[in-house]
Amino acid sequence: MAETTERKFSEEVRSEAERIVFSYGVKESAVLPLLHIAQREFGCVDGEVVELVARTLGISPTRVAETASFYTMFSPAPLGKHVIQVCTNVSCSLLGSESIVRYLETRLGVVRGRTRPDGLVTLSTVECLGSCGTAPVMAANGTYYENLTTEKVESILRELGL
Amino acid sequence: MAEKILLKNVGIPGSERLETCRARGGYRALERALRELKPAEVTDAVKKSGLRGRGGAGFPTGLKWSFVPKDVPGPRYLCCNADEGEPGTFKDRVIIENDPHLLLEGIAISCYALSVAEAFIYVRGEFALGAERLERAIQEAEAGGFLGRNILGSSFGLKVHVHRGAGSYICGEETALLESLEGKRGLPRLKPPFPASVGLYGRPTVINNVETLSCVPSIVENGPEWFASIGAKGNTGPKLFAVSGHVERPGVYELPLGVTLRELLFEHAGGIKGGRRLKAVMPGGSSTPVITAEHVDVKLDFDSLAAAGTALGSGAVIVMDDTTCMVEVALGLTRFYRHESCGQCTPCREGLGWMERLLDGIESGRGRPADIDLLLELASGISGKTLCPMGDAAVVPAQSTIVRFREEYESHVRTKGCPLKSAGDRIL
Repeated sequence: MAETTERKFSEEVRSEAERIVFSYGVKESAVLPLLHIAQREFGCVDGEVVELVARTLGISPTRVAETASFYTMFSPAPLGKHVIQVCTNVSCSLLGSESIVRYLETRLGVVRGRTRPDGLVTLSTVECLGSCGTAPVMAANGTYYENLTTEKVESILRELGL
Repeated sequence: MAEKILLKNVGIPGSERLETCRARGGYRALERALRELKPAEVTDAVKKSGLRGRGGAGFPTGLKWSFVPKDVPGPRYLCCNADEGEPGTFKDRVIIENDPHLLLEGIAISCYALSVAEAFIYVRGEFALGAERLERAIQEAEAGGFLGRNILGSSFGLKVHVHRGAGSYICGEETALLESLEGKRGLPRLKPPFPASVGLYGRPTVINNVETLSCVPSIVENGPEWFASIGAKGNTGPKLFAVSGHVERPGVYELPLGVTLRELLFEHAGGIKGGRRLKAVMPGGSSTPVITAEHVDVKLDFDSLAAAGTALGSGAVIVMDDTTCMVEVALGLTRFYRHESCGQCTPCREGLGWMERLLDGIESGRGRPADIDLLLELASGISGKTLCPMGDAAVVPAQSTIVRFREEYESHVRTKGCPLKSAGDRIL
């Protein structure tokens, strides 16, 4: 059997997690908040992360796993250092999001839905980001960039060192 | 409407801070409610105001509140639905990010009316900035005595949590939202029982949209008659219209319910982009049936849009000009709904994938003449046959574009491709 290293939250993150669990009257409600913290800390929610969240809450790993697998913001595999998500839903597509995605694919050398082999960047298309008045829109590492043009995308990539 | 009610603080520097909000009259309505009104009087005022839910369904808010049983001991909850995810909708985000205290004041007054001591704001996971601003606003409000124990020296106390979603459209459905809040997969529940009697943790629960709750302070402060004087009979109050797509000035506009589509598009949103022709509008988000340029004088309110065969929905007005391919729009949205189906009900889970394949075939030149009627047949096999309203919503883009633009579908089939798009120029 392969040796597994047990994942651990750092002391600081552990107390953040405990504060959150304590703030809910029903501990199961802390599953999503804890998974968010874990995704932030480890860059993915894999089997070991599920175990860690389950241990922290004192509930079964299966219970955590079935929840985690439902939500697209928890990634079972590690994502790139930078995560770029382009909205391709109706309002953004009406204003040219497809050309933005294509520009990013060519410029970054990675197709949508994939992480570049060097692990530096993940490019994905996502559903409506709720920013339709400033379409087309993308989120880079969680920050929204709006009214995109290819020129604007280029300057954002440079800012990110990509 | 010269005076803004919901967006009055938007654009003011530091509008998200308590001191800015206080200087502009924030929490005055909460003070008034706690000092002068009994909880039942607040509910009565909301009933009299005619306020209808702004999340999509348009159910009378005061009536919804009155379904919560009064004689059941133990906790009860209020959940604010801030899981704004309907494509085209971006109105709640404006309040959350720019005026979180308006929402918190609305929540506090509503909880006072409902005798609720614990409230949850379920905010979509992507709104990281919004969640941060809400957390900070809650801390400020607690320090200022507007939330927490013994609010403004009264015996009323309220704890408000911000709970982030994690990228699931279906969690905007109220019972899926409750499941998600309980730490589970977002699978809608069978109703009845309704959340008013069996909701969060099995307790009586009210679920209201951000914009709905944000209307409450102005009703308490200015009176229900004042609120009811805005808009039209049965469709009262201000409304946020989120305009996107092919207009010169997309954005969120606050106007009285009953404003015409023409006024919204041409006086406020600057007209159709590049002076092109208006082709189609989804007047209330991607799950409301498309209407066409001939409906441009329709009034944007619950009843007028229902009479026109569509719906006000969330007030997200998606505008499409004459360069838009309706098959492509239907394909993109059907793909979206297929992706977001929770998978519980067979018609939604299986049927949407089938519809997507048919639409993809038509758009890419592989469509057969019979596919168009097959799409309609599938739509009627899904709509009304699922646990939650997602099934009804999901078939609307295909169904309504076929009804209004059937000849466009037929020309795709006849010419074996999209007449509006050259090869390699697919937008969705």
